[in-house]
Amino acid sequence: MALNLDIQKALRSGTQEFRLDASFSAEGRSIVLFGPSGSGKTLTLRALAGHLSPDAGRMELDGRTLFDAAHGVNLPARERGVGLVFQDYALFPHLSVARNVGFGLGAGLFGRLDAAARRRVAELLDLGGLTELASARPDRLSGGQRQRVALLRALASRPRALLLDEPFSALDPLLRARMRREVRAMCQALGTPTLLITHDPDDVAEFGGTVVLYDQGRVRRVEAFADGPEGGIGARDLVLGERFAVYA
Amino acid sequence: MQSLLPELLIPALVPLGLTLKVALTATLGAFLAGVGAGWALSRRGLPGREVLDALCTLPLVLPPTVIGYYLLVLFGRRGVLGQWLQQTFGVSLIFTWQGAALAASVVAFPLVCKAARTAFEGVDQNLEHAARSLGAGELRVFLAVSLPLAWRGVLGGTMLALARAMGEFGATLMIAGSLPGRTQTLSLAVYEAVQAGRDSEAAFLVLLVSLLCVTLLLASGRFLKTSCPA
Repeated sequence: MALNLDIQKALRSGTQEFRLDASFSAEGRSIVLFGPSGSGKTLTLRALAGHLSPDAGRMELDGRTLFDAAHGVNLPARERGVGLVFQDYALFPHLSVARNVGFGLGAGLFGRLDAAARRRVAELLDLGGLTELASARPDRLSGGQRQRVALLRALASRPRALLLDEPFSALDPLLRARMRREVRAMCQALGTPTLLITHDPDDVAEFGGTVVLYDQGRVRRVEAFADGPEGGIGARDLVLGERFAVYA
Repeated sequence: MQSLLPELLIPALVPLGLTLKVALTATLGAFLAGVGAGWALSRRGLPGREVLDALCTLPLVLPPTVIGYYLLVLFGRRGVLGQWLQQTFGVSLIFTWQGAALAASVVAFPLVCKAARTAFEGVDQNLEHAARSLGAGELRVFLAVSLPLAWRGVLGGTMLALARAMGEFGATLMIAGSLPGRTQTLSLAVYEAVQAGRDSEAAFLVLLVSLLCVTLLLASGRFLKTSCPA
């Protein structure tokens, strides 16, 4: 994944105003956006996914322009080819596990699945150990199972990149450590590069790669490490040594 | 009493059938327009959203006779839409059951629209975003995610709209009149019977309308409960 990003966005809620002015280039199988809550990481991810339009700037993924304010380019979310795992998973509560996983493979208005798509869903469910829960609704699942469904749903249509928005913050600590390894292993197995958003140094240690440090709506620093736990330890030391304004 | 019942029931069958026909047609119209408008009003980017919302609520607060007057102006022989209908299709809505259905539909529309807006606004936006990122177009997002998740509220509004359409009186009288056998629905028949001093007929019709409404309320309550476990 090669990402070129330079965007500005002003948000106002009540009397508070937040300004995002983020600019960085990063390349590799793993990119981690690290920073305190409210530093603009999630805003950046939503802009990348196409759920929010920046006021100005441009974004480019693997040489493809996703957004360019100067030239009036703004690809709709459905054409950006990026997978997304939300912080609260955003599983469709009215659809079964299998229908959730297969949602992106469905064709036409009613999302009909052809034989190849059904095979792919079965394969993915098997990969996530969810075969027996295929017809269950998401509210019957445990936290870890929900996360797997969200991950498989995003990976099913073979996205160019997977965007993960603090995916482990809702899990309890023991499960968190396990899911971290599992999620990274699964993305690696399927060959999908990841862009992870987090404020947890342990996530940085697991994913490694290029670390982009956010602080108060701006990118403060970009450092490249080896992907995965090999580079992750150094990356964690970097983020732990950083002094963020909100923690002063 | 035994000989009185068929004597009262048989003349009531015609307005009863007409009421059901008018009310169901009106509810279908109010449902389609109300779901569309309610969805549009639930979109945050819609310009002039609150003004449009107020316009959609207007039929709820205007006296039905005023709505009837507007409909006459629009659909009457000299109205813009009335002339167009007459010239293109050779039809007129005045003094027809379709006219009565139009009137009831307009009056019932805000009930669906309001309920649908609230229900669509209650759908987690991230679910709609998730669907878009999975490649779904806006129509599929609507059909596969927004509508099923808003269904309960939409259905509740539609049930109220049906009840409102069955009881419609003022606007219907203005545009369709009260022609027995053609446009005289139950609520109009009650009025006629009272005016003409046919007291036992009036009492019977009132009983019939009340039963119909109670049944409808019970059925909708039961349906809403069983359609949505959890």
